[in-house]
Amino acid sequence: MSPAKSPDGAVQSLLAHAKAHDYKGAYSYVAQSSDNDEQAFARDLTGRDGSLRTYSSLQQADTKVLHATDDEALVRATLEYATAVGAFYDTRDLKVVKQGDRWQVEWPVVQEAKVPPQVIQENYLRWDVITRGSDDDWGAQNVEAPRVRIVSMNAIAQGNNTIIVGEIENEDTVPGFVSVGATLVGKDGSVLGEETSFDKISHTLLPKEISPFRIDFPKVQLGTVKSVRMAPNSILGPASADPVIGVMHQRVETDTRGSHVLKGDLVNQSGVVVNIPHVLATYYDNSGKVIWVSGRLRRPSAVAADTSSICRRSARRPGLQCPQLPRYRE
Amino acid sequence: MTKSPIEVVVKCGCTMAVAILLMCCFVIATHAAELNVPTSVAAGSGLSIPTSGRGSATLYVAGPGTAIKRKVQLGQEIQLSADELQNAGRYVVSLDGNSATFFVIAGPVQSIAFLARPSRVPADTPNVITGTALVFDKYQNLVLQPQPVKFDLNVNGQTVSRTDMTKQGIAYIKLDSSKKEGPAQFMASSGPASVRRVVQEVASDPCNIRMSAERDKNGVLVRTDPIRDCAGNPVPDGTIVTFTSTDSQGKNTVDARIKRGIAQAHLPASANATISVASGVVVGNEIQWRVDR
Repeated sequence: MSPAKSPDGAVQSLLAHAKAHDYKGAYSYVAQSSDNDEQAFARDLTGRDGSLRTYSSLQQADTKVLHATDDEALVRATLEYATAVGAFYDTRDLKVVKQGDRWQVEWPVVQEAKVPPQVIQENYLRWDVITRGSDDDWGAQNVEAPRVRIVSMNAIAQGNNTIIVGEIENEDTVPGFVSVGATLVGKDGSVLGEETSFDKISHTLLPKEISPFRIDFPKVQLGTVKSVRMAPNSILGPASADPVIGVMHQRVETDTRGSHVLKGDLVNQSGVVVNIPHVLATYYDNSGKVIWVSGRLRRPSAVAADTSSICRRSARRPGLQCPQLPRYRE
Repeated sequence: MTKSPIEVVVKCGCTMAVAILLMCCFVIATHAAELNVPTSVAAGSGLSIPTSGRGSATLYVAGPGTAIKRKVQLGQEIQLSADELQNAGRYVVSLDGNSATFFVIAGPVQSIAFLARPSRVPADTPNVITGTALVFDKYQNLVLQPQPVKFDLNVNGQTVSRTDMTKQGIAYIKLDSSKKEGPAQFMASSGPASVRRVVQEVASDPCNIRMSAERDKNGVLVRTDPIRDCAGNPVPDGTIVTFTSTDSQGKNTVDARIKRGIAQAHLPASANATISVASGVVVGNEIQWRVDR
């Protein structure tokens, strides 16, 4: 391995070896002062416990030296991963130090909560479904899909796009898989667009659970829309009442780039490991109206039982003026 | 050799007599094939059609799901069996150039097709259960004559009954769900026929959610009282109850599940927080949490 002659070079060499799955080679660019051992370093890059990281691979890494002295520097690495659910972006600010004639990266130690070996009894409710069969009476009912209701809806203009945001509630006593579709109708009665919420919704809703949704209509101006037809759909299916995830210490902070960021801690209060947390944030104005919904798959790392991990959501929404930062809920 | 005038007259008279005789025969023959059928017949009861005249003829009968062709003897009664007149509707009988129509109407009610919707309703809700009954006779003909249909809804021994007359074979009703949850036996009956369906009545929205908070080693333990709807039915396990606390460090949210009637969750320790609870769109009480140092 050729030693890195610059801070930028050290970070790029480390990431190039990581991209090629040569973690031993990548570790050679890690400073000895780091408290990471090689195994922990490799686990941090490859993921574990079936997290999203284990289904992803590093595609691209861009680096930028934020500031540098003769002995140390701060390098920002913007990483793009290809994952099973689409592209994932991550930004890390890495401290690089000069040791002798080479620059090496002080890789941050990732503090994962250590859960001791134990047996965790799980007694959360599960639902299963038995549907009608071919030998049932002609008029006999099948089990109905859960009743869902859109409790709020708001149409927002975002440049040349129209965004529909709102919330949907499962009013029933059984769980369901839900989605929300919308059709925009123009002033002449023609259909301007039909879209669904896709991943900007929590699809599995337990009884009395409320999920936000967001439906994007690119290249449709709000001024051309006369009416919106909403179509909530629900399907009855098996479900489980766990995991129970708490979102703690939700607060808005300003990151190093000056952007407002919604941060919080995910706490797994149930006994099952959560592989891929999907975080949705809902923003309300002072009257309680939904004004924005954002969602993101959390940085690829599983949340073990009875542990917490940090998530961050960008509170940036075009047109959202600070300090008029709205109320939010994750 | 020329014929004498008397011979001519006699021959003309004979010809005319034969012609008249033939016409009479024709008239008699025509009158003999006229069909005498009733206006309507009950399905499955058969029909006897008298005929007169002599000789054989071909009988045609066409109706809903029926096409009959057979040789018959004029002067004898034509029998149409019950099986041949099962389907209700308009029938055309044709015999030897003459035709007649009659209707087969549905017989007495023998079976009911009963649709009860939906399969699951919230308790104590008006006009939420619908029942639609279609009445049929023995041969699956829709009985169009008004018939009384009795609807009974029984939950936990409490029965609500209502009778409705069919219109064009259909009776329809809307009923309220009872206050108590449980499987509701919904029955429709008419004559000897009856059908039973089950409609599950479940708890409605939670009502009067009350929670309490106490300090424990993990922070703050919040727990609700047994959660029930406004009619007193326990809200089922697995229902989401959201606990929210807001303090100087931010907001904490836990979507707990009801277990054995109550919901509980652990919130982070805080010296000064506002704790609230909600389930769906129903909000419960609020607690101002203060820890005196």
